[in-house]
Parts: sequence; structure tokens; C-alpha cells
Amino acid sequence: MYHITIKGLNVSYGNHHVLKNVSLEIPRNKITVIIGPSGCGKTTLLKSLNRLLELQEGVRISGSVLVDDESVYDPKVDVTELRKKMGLLSQRPYPLPMSIFDNVAYGPRIHGTRKRKKLNEIVEKNLRAAGLWEEVKDRLKSPAASLSIGQQQRLCLARCLAVSPEIILCDEPTSALDPFSAQKIEETLSELKTDYTIVVVTHNLRRARRLADYVGFIFLGELIEHGGKKDIFENPKDERTRRYISGESYL
Amino acid sequence: MRVRKVIDGVSEKVMCSVTAAVSFLVVLIAAGLYLKARPIMEITPIKELLTSSSWHPLKGEFGFYPFLMGTFWVTFLAMIFAIPICLLCSIYISEYAPRKMRDVIKPLIDLLAGIPSVVYGVFGVLAVVPLIRDTAHRINISTTGYSVLAGGIVLAIMVFPIIISVSVEVIQSVPYEARESSLSLGATQWQTVKKVVLKKAFPGIVAAIILGFSRAFGETMAVLMVVGNVPQVPHSIFEEAYPLTALIANNYGEMLSVPLYDSALLLGALILLLIVLLFSMAARLILMRGGR
Ligand SMILES: Nc1ncnc2c1ncn2[C@@H]1O[C@H](COP(=O)(O)OP(=O)(O)OP(=O)(O)O)[C@@H](O)[C@H]1O
Ligand SMILES: [Mg+2]
Repeated sequence: MYHITIKGLNVSYGNHHVLKNVSLEIPRNKITVIIGPSGCGKTTLLKSLNRLLELQEGVRISGSVLVDDESVYDPKVDVTELRKKMGLLSQRPYPLPMSIFDNVAYGPRIHGTRKRKKLNEIVEKNLRAAGLWEEVKDRLKSPAASLSIGQQQRLCLARCLAVSPEIILCDEPTSALDPFSAQKIEETLSELKTDYTIVVVTHNLRRARRLADYVGFIFLGELIEHGGKKDIFENPKDERTRRYISGESYL
Repeated sequence: MRVRKVIDGVSEKVMCSVTAAVSFLVVLIAAGLYLKARPIMEITPIKELLTSSSWHPLKGEFGFYPFLMGTFWVTFLAMIFAIPICLLCSIYISEYAPRKMRDVIKPLIDLLAGIPSVVYGVFGVLAVVPLIRDTAHRINISTTGYSVLAGGIVLAIMVFPIIISVSVEVIQSVPYEARESSLSLGATQWQTVKKVVLKKAFPGIVAAIILGFSRAFGETMAVLMVVGNVPQVPHSIFEEAYPLTALIANNYGEMLSVPLYDSALLLGALILLLIVLLFSMAARLILMRGGR
């Protein structure tokens, strides 16, 4: 059974038609990697899943997105519950203007956890899961902005895990990081997939090869091809996919 | 050839001295005020001048306490009215209002900032003063309506546009990612505004409020028209007061035959200048600390 089902999704900014009739199924507890050249609409696709897109002025969205067979764009859906279910790790880490501890505790607090002991547990558990605990356990009270960019990204991961999502959406989570930090994040994501459904957007093909179970290729707003990692990387059906993954010019 | 060089040299010197003169104007004004205020400080110790309540220029008694209190209460009241209203207003404009509405409201608020002080004063006399008088009578308080309350309300209305337009800019400059991070964790819009956006914008908003009020200190005209101008320490918001600015504006140039009167008034001006300077320094400090 698929965790997320996208059917005929169209998105335009004003009269700029960005996503064109995208249909894609995302399997549960696997890493699905979306690849494609810059500006083809990967971030747009990701944000349309947790409805962050609709905050932008002048966006038009049509088509359907189902999560656990429930329509995301149903007017009856509680958006905050929906977003809680889908953690987002964005292109550049953005720590909230508060301490390391408070960053991780932010989500649980919002959703009603007040007890100090419980919060301590949540913070430690998720910082460990994100591979950051050892580095920050002695300075949980210092501002999150004082961390390095790589640490900030892992903090953002811990923050997103702290609300117990089912799905993690990652928008080039490693593009701002050095190879070492990037690898750390990747390892963490690979470990997490037993418990979460993970969608990763990237235009780094080597990274995609390492991480992916499933791959979708987007080109100029169209989903050209999708399938298992082997099928896409070793036996692409479409000429455009073949060219893109072999690094030939796609123009 | 030589003429061009001479002109070049002269024009540079002229520009340099004009720039220097303008930048030293503040220092000059402060020094001038100090020199003028010195005679009275030599006769009466500054501590007594600031704490005495008896204002009898003809007897040579210049107690500034009632005027300081007048200034303080009017400003304090205005802040209490202005801060919550301005905050709610700027949050709505920057976070909730649809783009089209924002495009209409923002210029409208900037327009308010351009209205001359006197117009606000007239509005105060015609609308605020009678309203206070009638309302107070209904709850058995006798007042002329010319009062600290009237001054506070008029001053609050005058600082709205400054505080709102600066706060809106500050809130809008909070990066989009801040909202996105919070919302993607399942926070509501209000939680996001309260816990993330306002927190990030806080130093800027404080600076906006201080900026608003240090300008308001100077806006004598409107306040002067509605506070009643009685040199007394006000004991309730329905009583008349006499802020420092009003004292200077009403009397400078008229009562100067009285010995030391002008020295006293210029001391008042110096005190005002120092207060405003202090405020703007505080604003700068807060902004700097927030910038880190
Ligand atoms: N808020 C917006 N308003 C107008 N156009 C936008 C907006 N956001 C994105 N776009 C346009 O939509 C298209 C897709 O953008 P998107 O950010 O989804 O690309 P991307 O695949 O994530 O690119 P990258 O790999 O560089 O991050 C681009 O042409 C972009 O210019
Ligand atoms: Mg992107």
C-alpha cells in the first residue's frame, strides 16, 4: 500500500504553470528520491504535500494528494494535524530564535506537552536520533544560531522528529553542508526509514543513488519517469531520464 | 587650469564645513542650552529645581516637578493606549491581511503621519475633550475634559502611524523560513506569530515604539491644546497637567522680562533634549543587541 498518492497535481504561480499533471505514488517506509534539474518544481512538489505552498500569494493548486487515503486538500482537514504528520527539512536549516533545547521542545510544547521531565526525554531522544546529542548535551541552553550549519541541519531534523511525524520531507537537506556533515545526515535518514516514509529532493545524483529505494525524475514540471532505483538508474525508459542521469546536457 | 584647481579646493572646503556644521548642530544646541541654563542652576541647585513643586517665576521659584510629571503622565498614558493597539494593528497588516488590503492600508497610515500636529490638536479639542467631559460627568467625576487623559489619547493617536509603519516593516523583514519552520511543525498561525515572528521582531518593535515616542515628545502643539496647562502635579487622569513642552512653547518670548525666566525655560528644553537623546540611545542599544 502506498503512503502518499499524488494524482493529476497542477500548480501555477500566477500564470506560470510549474507542476504539470504530476501523478506519483510514494511507498511506505522507503526513501523516495525526487531528482531533476534546478527550477523544475521539486520544492514546489514537496511543499504541496504538507500544504505550505498555499501560503504563497497567487498560487493555484489543483488535483489530489492522498495521505493514508485521506485527501490533503479536503476543506475538512485540520491543517495543523496534517503538517504535524509530515516533517519538513528545508534547503537551508532555519533554527527558531531560541535555545537548542527550546527548538526541539517547540513542537511538543505547541501540541500540549508541558511536563519538564517528558520534554527532557523527548529532547534527548530526538537529538540522539539526529546524531547531535553528544555535541550539544552540555550547552542545551545556548542559542541555536550558535551552532554550525551542519549542526543546525541536524537540529532541524531533531526538531521535526520531536512531533512524531509519519513522513519526513527533505528538500536538498545536504546542499548547504560539507561532505562529512552531509554524510551524517544521509546515514541518519537511512536509519530512520524503518520507522518513517521519507521523501528526499536532490539534484545530486550520487547522493540519490546511495539513498534511494524509489526514484522519480521531474523535468520542466513534468514527472517523466518513476520506479525502483535499479529501473531508473540502470534501465531508464525515457530518453530525457537517460540523458539526465548520465550527465549529458538535457537541453 | 589653476582656476579649476582653486574652485575644486574651495568647493571641497565649503562642503566639508557645511557637513561639519550640520553634524555638530546637536552638540551646538546642547551647549547653547547649557550655557543659557547655567545662571539658574548657579542660583538654585539642580536637584531642587527638579523636585520642587512651586512654580512662581515672579518670586524666583522655579520648580519643574509638576511639568516633569505632566510630561511623564501624558506620555505614559499614551504608551499604554498606543502599544497594544499598534501591535495588534501591525501584526494584522503584516501577517493576516491579504496583499490587496495591505496595499491600501499602508499608504493610508503613512498619510496619517503627515497630518500636521495642529490638526490633531483641533480634533482633540472638538472631539476628545467633550467626550471625556461628558463621560466623566456620567460617572460623577467633574472635569473640564482638558486633562492628562485627553493629552494621552491625542498623543497616542499621533504616534500610531509612526509605530505601526515601522513595526510593519520590521515584522515583514522576518525571514519567510521562520514562519515555514514553525508552521511545518503543526503550529497555528497565531502560535507562529506569537512565539517566532514577534520574538524575532521584538528588538525592532521596541525601537519603533521608542522612535514613535521620542518624536512625540517634540509634538507639543496638539498636546498643549488639550491638557489644560495648569502647573500642578496631576493626581488623576481627569486633572489638568502642564507638560514641559507646553511650558516652553507657551511662554518663551513672552515672559522674558522676569529675571531668570528664560534661563529656566531653556533648562526645560535641555532636560527634554537629554530625555530624547536617552531614548534614542536606548533604541539603538536594543537594536544592536537584537542584531547579534
Ligand atoms: N513564490 C514563487 N512565485 C513565483 N514563482 C515561483 C515561486 N516559487 C517558485 N517559483 C518558480 O517555480 C519554478 C519551480 O521552483 P522550485 O523552487 O519548485 O524549483 P526546484 O526544482 O526546487 O529548484 P532548485 O533545485 O533550484 O531548488 C521555478 O521556475 C521558480 O522560479
Ligand atoms: Mg528547491
